[in-house]
Amino acid sequence: MSYHFNFDWVATYWPVFLSGIWMTIQLILVGGICGIALGIFCAWARTQGPRWLGWIVAIYVELIRNTPFLIQLFFIFFGLPAIGVHMNEVAAAMLAMVINLGAYSAEIIRAGIEATPKGQFEAGASLAMSPIQTFRHVVLVPALQKIWPALASQVVIVMLGSSVVSQIAVQDLTYAANFTQSRTFRAFEAYFASTLIYLGLAIVLRFALLRFGDMIFATRRRATR
Amino acid sequence: MTQFTLSAIVMALIHATGWTVVLSLVSFAGGGLLGLVLLFARIGKSRWLQILVKGYTELFQGTPLLMQLFLAFFGLGLFGIDVAPWVAATVALILWTAAFLAEIWRGCVTAIPKGQWEASASLGMTYFEQMRHVVLPQALKISIPPTVGFSVQVVKGTALTSIIGFVEVTKAGTILANATFQPFTVYGLVALIYFCLCFPLSYSAKVLERKMNVAHRH
Amino acid sequence: MSLIAIDALRKSYGSNEVLKGIDLKIEKGEVIALIGKSGSGKSTLLRCINGLETINEGAITVGGQQLVNDELHLRNLRQKVGMIFQQFNLFPHKTAGQNVMLAQQVVKKKPKAEAEAMARRMMERVGLADKFDSYPDQLSGGQQQRVAIARALAMEPTALLCDEVTSALDPELVAEVLQVVRDLAKEGMTLVMVTHEMAFARDVCSRLVFMHQGRIHEVGRPEEVFANPKTPELRSFIGMAH
Ligand SMILES: Nc1ncnc2c1ncn2[C@@H]1O[C@H](COP(=O)(O)OP(=O)(O)OP(=O)(O)O)[C@@H](O)[C@H]1O
Ligand SMILES: [Mg+2]
Repeated sequence: MSYHFNFDWVATYWPVFLSGIWMTIQLILVGGICGIALGIFCAWARTQGPRWLGWIVAIYVELIRNTPFLIQLFFIFFGLPAIGVHMNEVAAAMLAMVINLGAYSAEIIRAGIEATPKGQFEAGASLAMSPIQTFRHVVLVPALQKIWPALASQVVIVMLGSSVVSQIAVQDLTYAANFTQSRTFRAFEAYFASTLIYLGLAIVLRFALLRFGDMIFATRRRATR
Repeated sequence: MTQFTLSAIVMALIHATGWTVVLSLVSFAGGGLLGLVLLFARIGKSRWLQILVKGYTELFQGTPLLMQLFLAFFGLGLFGIDVAPWVAATVALILWTAAFLAEIWRGCVTAIPKGQWEASASLGMTYFEQMRHVVLPQALKISIPPTVGFSVQVVKGTALTSIIGFVEVTKAGTILANATFQPFTVYGLVALIYFCLCFPLSYSAKVLERKMNVAHRH
Repeated sequence: MSLIAIDALRKSYGSNEVLKGIDLKIEKGEVIALIGKSGSGKSTLLRCINGLETINEGAITVGGQQLVNDELHLRNLRQKVGMIFQQFNLFPHKTAGQNVMLAQQVVKKKPKAEAEAMARRMMERVGLADKFDSYPDQLSGGQQQRVAIARALAMEPTALLCDEVTSALDPELVAEVLQVVRDLAKEGMTLVMVTHEMAFARDVCSRLVFMHQGRIHEVGRPEEVFANPKTPELRSFIGMAH
């Protein structure tokens, strides 16, 4: 193999990568927080909500889980303007991520809710709490705690999946690699570098989410030790 | 500007769907075979191989599939081969699928209770006999629902190959959307096609899993 | 007027009729023990009174108000009638004190300080003042059940329904919970309890209700019922229990 790896471009192009990383982080922050919130709402709708709402959510969840994220993104960014719904590329990317994570996390959180012992619902009811109060104060937190690792994995998957938003010209980490390789013709090196950065981001994000989970759910460990 | 009728669009998309299906099948079959090899390395006795395969799966699960496609596309090019998109697409998808399947199947093998190993060992079976007659048959059974479930991810994963220029249904959709100025309809149809491919798979995965759970309880 | 009046109550699960016409009037301050074989419908009756099960026929009236199966009425009823479960059902993510405070805050909309003061009083009452900040999994079964009682009491119910509150407990923990129930009875709380503790039932109850196959088979003062059971079913049940 006569190819010589060359990373000289890093000296010039690192700011592009840095701003790409920052965009990817912003995307997953918004997508993660709003996506999980949407997921909680949908999980509630499927387990406790009115029947008709449960059906709508079920259809939404199946539609999203059975189509590629890329197509969801294209539909939002290219398709919706045709019916008069316009948004810029970053908003489209965030919306797509929220909708995508919302569907997956709805299923994950639902599993947590369904694993809640019936006695918890009954205890809430017998204390005169409404179903929504019981959901919010009694059921939700232990359910989230149970499925938090799975939810964390899903957020990481969505973060990695966000690399396709470069296709609608969002200037994320993948865009930085595309940009660099088109200027330097060092395609392999540029993608190699961004792949490693994604790996690092995935590891850090996962770790941060799990720590965050420990913090919000395991208050009792702090209280006692 | 030529007017595209809806049926013309649909026909063109369905034609391209063939490539999505072929690529999915090849990736799944190839990934399955490689995944099996990885699985045996992962649950085998060599620590070296275990660590190697663990690193492999974490690398492929911890990085975007799109990056893997780019690296395959440009990486194979480094060997002086002029890589066609379909080659890079197939290679990357097989490697990616293998990583996930190996991990899913490892989970199934480790889910077999210790007692099964102990019981078969107490009957004087060797490691291979234990695997062959006791552990794998049971693991195989519980691996079916998650494996079918993962096939949905493979089908959806093939959409990314459009980005490196492989003309399957997503790429065809992009081309048609640009040519017809009807992105809403075209991407809607593409989504529908994916749904028709994926829903039967995810639904049967769900049904299989439910059946299994019921069978387990009795 | 009776505090709780049950009239020709019927309840089925599918084709399985579990309660086959129950009539029972409970006065304020009464302590009622529901006894009977497993599957005779004791728990189902309590759950109907608390609105946890919907009834098929008949009527339940609590404090003059008929139990209607809509959200608002049910919540009204449940503020008057508390329930203690066999499995405690404490909220695992909240401390004992928070368990007792929660419903006061979200249902009665009490300010936190007021809810906490009440919670501390109730924890004191069940003898657990020092466990206010402990989480359920740091408490013994008996302590958890006492927290559950404090939690129900904090809603200031006029009656408490207790379903085998000591059945999930190790034998050495039974006494501490029964003592709390005994104190409640002494203070005049209306209690309806399913129990297998015959000695306890004889001690504290004003009336014994023996259920058999979904019907009330015999009712009476405990000393009479135990001394001289009228039906062979009760006779064999008492024989069994001893
Ligand atoms: N959710 C339910 N669905 C169907 N059948 C039920 C349900 N709950 C109770 N049953 C049936 O109703 C009958 C009465 O049950 P119940 O729990 O009231 O009995 P019990 O007197 O409390 O018995 P135990 O002493 O065992 O607690 C039983 O035959 C039981 O199988
Ligand atoms: Mg019972």
